[in-house]
Amino acid sequence: MRRHRQHKQTVRKRTHDRVKERFEAYLLNHAHGLFSSLGRLSRTPFTTAMTVVVLAIAIALAGCFYILVANVQQLTGSLQSSNQMSLFLKDQINEASGQKLAEQLMQNADIDSVKFISKKQAMDEFKTHSGFGEALNTLENNPLPNVIQVLPKNVLDSRESLDKLMAEFKQISEVDFVQVDMQWVDRLQAIMRIAGRGVTVVGILLGFAVTFITGNTIRLELHNRRDEVFISKLVGATHAFIQRPFLYAGFWLGFIAGFAAWLIITIMLLILESPVENLSSLYDSSFELLYFSFSEFILLLMMASGLAVLGSWAVLHYQLRLIKPE
Amino acid sequence: MLRFEHVSKRYPDAGEVLTDISFHLARGEMAFLTGRSGAGKSTLLKLIAMMEQCSRGNVLLEGKNITRVGDRQIPYLRRNLGLIFQDYKLLNDRTVFDNVALPLIVAGFGHQEVSRRVRAALDKVGLLGKERKHPLSLSGGEQQRVGIARAIVNKPKLILADEPTGNLDPDLSAEVMHMFEQFVQVGVTVLVATHDIELITRLGHRVLHLDKGRLQAGSE
Repeated sequence: MRRHRQHKQTVRKRTHDRVKERFEAYLLNHAHGLFSSLGRLSRTPFTTAMTVVVLAIAIALAGCFYILVANVQQLTGSLQSSNQMSLFLKDQINEASGQKLAEQLMQNADIDSVKFISKKQAMDEFKTHSGFGEALNTLENNPLPNVIQVLPKNVLDSRESLDKLMAEFKQISEVDFVQVDMQWVDRLQAIMRIAGRGVTVVGILLGFAVTFITGNTIRLELHNRRDEVFISKLVGATHAFIQRPFLYAGFWLGFIAGFAAWLIITIMLLILESPVENLSSLYDSSFELLYFSFSEFILLLMMASGLAVLGSWAVLHYQLRLIKPE
Repeated sequence: MLRFEHVSKRYPDAGEVLTDISFHLARGEMAFLTGRSGAGKSTLLKLIAMMEQCSRGNVLLEGKNITRVGDRQIPYLRRNLGLIFQDYKLLNDRTVFDNVALPLIVAGFGHQEVSRRVRAALDKVGLLGKERKHPLSLSGGEQQRVGIARAIVNKPKLILADEPTGNLDPDLSAEVMHMFEQFVQVGVTVLVATHDIELITRLGHRVLHLDKGRLQAGSE
């Protein structure tokens, strides 16, 4: 009885060992596929480079578009769309009566705050920030008008009440014309929403491109290695076994291209950085150029390699059936 | 072991290549398949190797009908076969060891087991010590022996050889045949397609003779 149990135990142990060894062999096969496919790609550097460059450009195009829109969105996102209005006063109105009008407006229940900006203040500000300082000195007289900036109360969010207020201001004899300052922000934000959707569409298109380009490269590789596929089939290889190194090759193409695309985008942003900084300082803004974050970088790599594997898989799924022993 | 039951094979453009073939090979039996070129020898082997499906009849391998098996099952069934070709069908960019190891790697054997079995197989065909060579640096006879080692490494129950001596001189051919006879002694079934009449008559095994797709002799 004990002997029988012992025998059972050794059999179990042996089966256990065999399963373990098989599993190790399976992992080893994956590791081999991962590295041998990379080695194979490096042995045909020209073909590999061509594919990688084409893939990288496709991915970088989508990535550039994405990061540009993200940057502009960052810029416009920080701008509060508000109903602030500027009342430009007529030329003949002097500073004192302008001040007086501003105080009167302050009494209006619909108005939250009022700020008077004199011709002179406007000119000084313009001189320091526009970069035209010297040129402006040559002007004989100050062409800028006196301005009253009015911020209506938040209650006035509807367009009608805003229009009513504007009509009221236009009635004032001293006022030349009225302008809602930040209306362009609304419009820009609407445009950016369109651009955001554009990124999605372009991203999907270029994603298709990545899938098909990789698929085609893998198809050629499969064609070059027909004999190997054929012989593997004859000695009893499953499709999963045969396609493994090809899928890994697809993975590498996508992965390397994704990395290259990230490099392209980053270099492009670096080139743009100093002129953008220049521009932003002119606007007295602390705008900072947005780069790919680490998680976006990882996502880019994952998407690039994922799409490449998908393309390879689709091609292999279809083509492996066609390679039949002669 | 291997049984054909009224098997016919028709190709859309070539017409009927095999007509009503019936025979049975027992375990540990060796037989020659002869006939002129185009008599259907290769087609018959392809049916057994599941590279083609017959149009009518049944092919049974160890009692299992392999005429209508799904694509998914074919790889596992093929692992019971050892295939040998006239042109060796070796991978020339890989070493002798890797060539012989392929059926084991494909079947998921562990590293030690692969190493042990490959050495045993190479030992049997007299190529131990040439593991690291590449096929093209070997002679024709040696390349064929690599092919044979690959066919037996998985301990198959049935070995199919398609003109294995077609490219070899008489001495090497006799050597290869002698190897096959050794396999038979350990219970392997061997079916050899050949038109080397001299060799066949000298060895005196069972002969299946095909003529225009029909079995003329040896069906019993």
